[in-house]
Amino acid sequence: MEAFVNQLPIGISIGAVLLLIALGLTFTFGQMGVINMAHGEFIMAGAYTAYLLQDLTGRMAVIVALPVAFAVAGLMGLILERTAIRHFYGRPLDTLLLTWGVSLVLQQLARDLFGAPNVQVQAPAWLQGGIGTLPYNRLFIFVLALLTVAGVWAYLNRTGQGRRMQAVMQNRGLAAVSGIDTGRVDQRTFFIGSGLAGVAGVALTLIGPVGPTLGTYYIVDAFLVVVAGGLGSLLGAVVAAAGLGLLNSYAEFWSDASLAKVIVFAVIVAFLQVRPQGLFVLRSRALS
Amino acid sequence: MLSVQGLESGYGRARVLFGISLSVEPGELVCVMGRNGVGKTTLLDTVMGVLPATAGMVAFAGEDVTRLPSHRRVALGMAYVPQGHATFPQLSVLGNLLVTLEACRGPREALEEALETFPRLKPLLKRSAGFLSGGQQQQLAIARALVTRPRLLILDEPTEGIQPSIVIEIEEAIERLHASGMAVLLVEQYLELALRLADRFLILDAGHVVHSGTAADLRQEETRRLLAV
Ligand SMILES: Nc1ncnc2c1ncn2[C@@H]1O[C@H](COP(=O)(O)OP(=O)(O)O)[C@@H](O)[C@H]1O
Ligand SMILES: [Mg+2]
Repeated sequence: MEAFVNQLPIGISIGAVLLLIALGLTFTFGQMGVINMAHGEFIMAGAYTAYLLQDLTGRMAVIVALPVAFAVAGLMGLILERTAIRHFYGRPLDTLLLTWGVSLVLQQLARDLFGAPNVQVQAPAWLQGGIGTLPYNRLFIFVLALLTVAGVWAYLNRTGQGRRMQAVMQNRGLAAVSGIDTGRVDQRTFFIGSGLAGVAGVALTLIGPVGPTLGTYYIVDAFLVVVAGGLGSLLGAVVAAAGLGLLNSYAEFWSDASLAKVIVFAVIVAFLQVRPQGLFVLRSRALS
Repeated sequence: MLSVQGLESGYGRARVLFGISLSVEPGELVCVMGRNGVGKTTLLDTVMGVLPATAGMVAFAGEDVTRLPSHRRVALGMAYVPQGHATFPQLSVLGNLLVTLEACRGPREALEEALETFPRLKPLLKRSAGFLSGGQQQQLAIARALVTRPRLLILDEPTEGIQPSIVIEIEEAIERLHASGMAVLLVEQYLELALRLADRFLILDAGHVVHSGTAADLRQEETRRLLAV
């Protein structure tokens, strides 16, 4: 029982990290249907942003880096969308191969710029320690994930930009003939989705070292979260991330890391056999 | 107001329109008729920029819009209600109207006006559009187009598959909009309705205009034969 309780914060914080990554994917993958394999490298870029900011801001780097990494990763996403991805809309396989190539190039670029060995980002002093078995840094990630979910929800449902984004994703053709500049909405969607990857990258610096392949470790799980949650569903992403995080940490605790991956994967495959549409489907008469 | 000349378009290699010409003068209601699959929807889609024109020209209010993206055409005063009462299903009724209003930066009164045209929508503002009945969705679809305060309203079979009581309301609404001076380009299969509403009509067959004339011409036996299924 004690082991069970001790494992809980780890599971929740893995879930929170997955959620942060998956939130970005609900924009680019869930809403736009683009499988962007370079999303993991935007995470890596966010983490290195925090690393670089240390010289300027010392131990506050993690906090300062949140908005900066959002902008850095967002711009990288925007450039990728403008120069490459938009020419491949509706061609998922081409997009996948293209962005996979971009992902490898970005990893090499990181190796050239920062060296192959991992680097460390110092967390602020006030994030050291914890309450009982719950370390502050993991609590911080949890709160950050919740705030980000709330922010994304408010953006989508309470702003004109968010409404236009939803309209484009629900019916692109109708959005265009309703006067919405769909290309511009796509750019914005990609900027925000990629920017959120940068934020996730900053969060990752709190629980581990930063290296060129940082993003690849989580990216598959994050895609699974989006699929299992139901494409584009915010609530689905939250529930699936929490479920996957907990499952991951307990499977790892009772077996080992690689077997845990197999178990998690098997559970998701089984789940998708039963519910191919994911946890939450956006249902309506028009779609049924 | 709207002038279409020698318009050609299609899907990939399959050509559907073979040189369509038509015009809609300010305040005029022009009805496009023809059997299923002759290219009526393709014509409207091409006029609106949903499909690219492979040849010919579309001009609106004296401006060549052939290569403009759809949203720019909307900004110029063209509004389109596509076939099949499409809405943004997960947005509320109000959300559907607001998103259009915001996209064209219109005044809030435009939204109130659109709701006056279809008062039936007023108690439904908070409902998800996807859960409305087909007739209500069609009223919402037209109201959504009206929010942009268009100078030309383009409608594709607005009464198709809709309960009769609402068909009457939609017909009356189109009549009122027309009477208030709005130009309308209407695709309609239902002859009686076309006869009541149209100033002029054209009949399409296999991507060509095979007949055109005034409502009086439409009453003739020979024209009716062209429309027979
Ligand atoms: N998305 C599409 N892809 C390929 N062909 C299409 C598509 N939509 C319509 N068509 C074809 O184009 C022709 C005209 O269709 P359409 O314009 O929808 O006719 P209408 O509106 O008069 O019933 C038909 O032969 C139809 O099969
Ligand atoms: Mg049609």
